[in-house]
Amino acid sequence: MKSVIAVEGLSKKFGKVVAVDGIDFAVPAGAAVALLGGNGAGKTTTLSMLLGLLLPTSGAVRVLGEDMATHRYRVLGRMNFSSPYVDLPRRLTARQNLVVYGHLYSLAGVKQRIAELARDLDIAPLLDRPVGQLSSGQKTRVALAKALLNRPEVLLLDEPTASLDPDTGDWVRGYLDSYRRQTGCAILLASHNMGEVERLCGDVLMMRAGRIVDRGAPADLIRRYGRRNLEEVFLAIARGAGP
Amino acid sequence: MSDFAMSPRRVGAMILRHVYVLRGSWPRLIELVYWPIMQILVWGTLSVFLATNSTWIGQAFGVLLGAVMLWDVLFRGQLGFTLSFLEEMWSRNLGNLYVTPLRPYEHLASLMAMSLIRTLIGVIPAALLAIPLYQYSIFDLGLPLIAFFTNLLVMGWATGMFVTALILRYGVSAENLAWFLVFMLAPVVSVYYPVTVLPEWLQAVAWTLPATYVFEGMRTLMLEQVFRVDLLLGAIVLNLVYIAIGAAAFLFAFRIARERGLLLHVGE
Repeated sequence: MKSVIAVEGLSKKFGKVVAVDGIDFAVPAGAAVALLGGNGAGKTTTLSMLLGLLLPTSGAVRVLGEDMATHRYRVLGRMNFSSPYVDLPRRLTARQNLVVYGHLYSLAGVKQRIAELARDLDIAPLLDRPVGQLSSGQKTRVALAKALLNRPEVLLLDEPTASLDPDTGDWVRGYLDSYRRQTGCAILLASHNMGEVERLCGDVLMMRAGRIVDRGAPADLIRRYGRRNLEEVFLAIARGAGP
Repeated sequence: MSDFAMSPRRVGAMILRHVYVLRGSWPRLIELVYWPIMQILVWGTLSVFLATNSTWIGQAFGVLLGAVMLWDVLFRGQLGFTLSFLEEMWSRNLGNLYVTPLRPYEHLASLMAMSLIRTLIGVIPAALLAIPLYQYSIFDLGLPLIAFFTNLLVMGWATGMFVTALILRYGVSAENLAWFLVFMLAPVVSVYYPVTVLPEWLQAVAWTLPATYVFEGMRTLMLEQVFRVDLLLGAIVLNLVYIAIGAAAFLFAFRIARERGLLLHVGE
């Protein structure tokens, strides 16, 4: 299947610290792939390089066939992103934020698209409230609406359910899974939430100290490591144990 | 999609984002007009007193008031540019903005537009208030006023770009620069006195700054009723140089921010 994300020999050094160390992977169209690893494993750094927010020290990233180092503007309108490291302006209402981003993505029919997302994500009652007055769960749903505004073909999500209660987290995971199946959007998800990864992703890239140390479908990894679930696999890898 | 396109829609979206903030916050609007009006009240009253006690002020009553208003154009122009950028850092929104197709130069264009809007909101009420209170209208300067205003605003943008570059590089801890950096220029650009009052070495420095040409031009017009085209050209040429340096500094800082991952990790 055609890859919408292709990463070759990607590295990032901050001074002497190697945050990402020569990783290679590809994400096929319509797939959901997880970058799984502990804190400091290099997940967020990898996502930042895929988005062009961070310049790699070496290696190449191609998204939707374009080199992100030289032609990122050709594809930024076809991808989107959500992360706990960024916020939407708190003084603006949810609707105002979505209108601004709708224009930034040059959407046709901004109002109609906002109405669709408000219905799908159940945020209609929140639209005219300032984002700063929303709860974490409500903010996450509005951030998700921003991330889906331009009907992205590639969606990069950094800890999409961090700080959410289990019910809201489960709802968000269900929505993302159904969105991917309906639209064929590829999702690359950085997480250390094993349940999330098992539910959403068909493929897992296990990261430790900036490297991809193993990869495979969740069930294959569990079987190969002789463990009961992905969390045990994660712990085995984090502690340097092999399959 | 071309990599070097300029989209009026994206620029408009960024302006709309700041208009929403202003529209939703009356304290911000009041703050914008409060300080220029306070300046006019203080300097207007002082001018009334000095008009009867100073031959220089007596020759042209509005010379101080005009200087105060034009200084505010430079100050507000810089502040309006920088604060609009800081809004993105305070709200940790840069990471979201720069994964859209928004180009850095479109962002700069929107900051310039916001600087103009904020400056007009600030200085127009003060200028209008001076007419009934002190019988002084800066609009009597006529067409040269547009040249003075534009040059000071452009110098404000250039200074704003430089300050913004430092904030992008060093984070919100550098935000105080937005408030005090431009004041370092005030004594040098001879806002309230002729440039010849300065020590000779400082005069040489003053003539490297566009605002000096504007304030000298304003005084010549008010005191001698002569519009000095040479001073206007000097201001324009220097502004072109400074705006190019400012834009280069911002784009350089933007690249550094992308190398160091600063776009994702900014905020209060």
